[in-house]
Amino acid sequence: MNPSHTASWGILNRRDFPRLLDALRTQGYRIIGPTLQDGAVKWGDIATVDDFPVGWRDHQSPGHYRLERTESFRYFDIVHGAESFKPLTFAPRETLLVLERTHKTFVATPILPDPEPLAVLGVRACDLAGLAIQDRIFLHGPYADPYYRARRDRLFIIAVQCTRALDTCFCASMGTGPQATAGFDLALIEGDADFVVQTGSEEGARLAQHLSLHPVPPERLRQEEIRMAACAASQTRSIDQSALPRALYDAHDHERWDDVARRCLACTNCTMVCPTCFCHGVEEQPDLMWTRSERARVWDSCFTPDHGYIHGKNLRPTIKDRYRMWLTHKLAAWIDQFGMSGCVGCGRCLTWCPVGIDLTEEIKELIRSRQASGS
Amino acid sequence: MARPARSFRQGTKPRLAVMKFASCDGCQLSILNMEDELLSLGTVLDIAYFPEASSRRLAGPYDITFVEGSISMPEDVQRLADIRQRTTWLITIGACATAGGIQALRNWADAEEWKRAIYPHPDYIRSLSTSTPISEHVKVDFEVWGCPIDKRQLLRVLTDIIGGVRPRLPHHSVCLECKRQRQVCVLVAKGEPCLGPVTQTGCGAICPGMARACYGCFGPAEGPVAAPGAPPNTHALAQQFHRSLGLIPVEVIRRFRGINGYLQPFREESHAWESTEDTHNQG
Repeated sequence: MNPSHTASWGILNRRDFPRLLDALRTQGYRIIGPTLQDGAVKWGDIATVDDFPVGWRDHQSPGHYRLERTESFRYFDIVHGAESFKPLTFAPRETLLVLERTHKTFVATPILPDPEPLAVLGVRACDLAGLAIQDRIFLHGPYADPYYRARRDRLFIIAVQCTRALDTCFCASMGTGPQATAGFDLALIEGDADFVVQTGSEEGARLAQHLSLHPVPPERLRQEEIRMAACAASQTRSIDQSALPRALYDAHDHERWDDVARRCLACTNCTMVCPTCFCHGVEEQPDLMWTRSERARVWDSCFTPDHGYIHGKNLRPTIKDRYRMWLTHKLAAWIDQFGMSGCVGCGRCLTWCPVGIDLTEEIKELIRSRQASGS
Repeated sequence: MARPARSFRQGTKPRLAVMKFASCDGCQLSILNMEDELLSLGTVLDIAYFPEASSRRLAGPYDITFVEGSISMPEDVQRLADIRQRTTWLITIGACATAGGIQALRNWADAEEWKRAIYPHPDYIRSLSTSTPISEHVKVDFEVWGCPIDKRQLLRVLTDIIGGVRPRLPHHSVCLECKRQRQVCVLVAKGEPCLGPVTQTGCGAICPGMARACYGCFGPAEGPVAAPGAPPNTHALAQQFHRSLGLIPVEVIRRFRGINGYLQPFREESHAWESTEDTHNQG
């Protein structure tokens, strides 16, 4: 994903789409993409084009996810699945090192992953925005994470541009989508008879040479731009970022926190499905003899009782404390910490909240009342 | 809850006892199910009293006593007090011992009437009118949850005590573990009335992994008594069951009044819906 790469476009006929899979496999990639699993779409292995969820589309609203049968023959009618890109680079559970006791001391052996080359097909703009934020967290500065690095470096990313927005999507207001503009090796726009293929890296351009692409008429690219613009315009939810981060800091004592705390389960689902949440715990797993221990990293959440615990005290005992911590960090403190918002507008925290809490509504209330009272 | 752990002297093995009150023995079987670790356990522990596993029965005192089952008969109370006297660590294992178990459903009923209705000779039955957790009667040093308990959790507690470390088990929701295992939420994707968001982790999110709703067998998330404003937010989940998933009040009551139904967060939630039931009936 070389920033100096000059993008080129071509047309891939629908009947030639399997060539893409062949080309990836010839390069040694295992291929994963959206697949039907357990009544939802998850990342799964793609052996043939039949593994894509053809003839299905997703309906998402706060606290609700359903798949619906359609007559469509398209491969990428599902906007996005239950999981973000996150588990592919930041593993939910991984052993970091093994500690072994010897006669007078102990030996620590790091267990670095050696993952196979992985091509991910069907990545959305919001997924890429989430990945860019995780890169900033795990790879930036003097303490780059070698475990994340190993999983990150083996990736070949094929984005699919969004032409349909879900009820829960608000990427347009976050400036992250629906069009993916960077961070991919190839990007596809699916049409009725073909795909428009865009290269995003030298590796992507090399792979595209195996696809017998046809030239794209300039008019076609204009049509696709219009389709993506229409997708952005169709989004009904948004976050007004103009007043952030200040407005949320000022809302620290807002009564809306009590209101949302009555609805919030503190179950951690929003943070688990969030493509950017990076909190983790480190667990020790000793054997009965205390001669060997595995130290593992596991996904954690600011909604757990242990997250706010310091010696002798839990700093965030109530649901209100925890929700305020999450939203304030995600939408405000993140900007001060990393120079970007922690939200990409994918809407997964709305869909996968068991009680359907909508952070776009919460932030609206928290900011609106401030403007009313602050005048 | 637990006192600071003390290390066991070099060369001495902690003496373990396993005692039983009203229960199905499933948690004791979870100990025996630690097949890969049983030999090691025998090396680091002196298994002094475990009638389910061995006819060798050594008298106390014991260093660690696992107690399974709830207090259900009049003589249980004294027997439990004696056990407490003879052990350093008293650790309850399973929902019966920590919450009163499924048999605590009798706490909402007229137990005498049930005896007369069920048994041809009710006078043969000698039981209390309630089933109560061990912690209502004696000081408990540590509680291991579940119906049945998870053998990995039990092994971890033993490992910590043997190593002189205060045992700790996580108290967060089942959802966190469900997502770590990359499972699809059955509540959101299937409309199943899953108790995972208000239930304590420990099982490994087994039921959602089998496309089933969690039924709360590891008890309320964050412990048996909810602090004001702290999880578990049973009320918000119950409202979702009712309003969005279409459960009628009696169905909501049955979700919460199960294996751990006698514990305060679940008990109070089911009581709240009982009054809703009355309102509905009167209306």
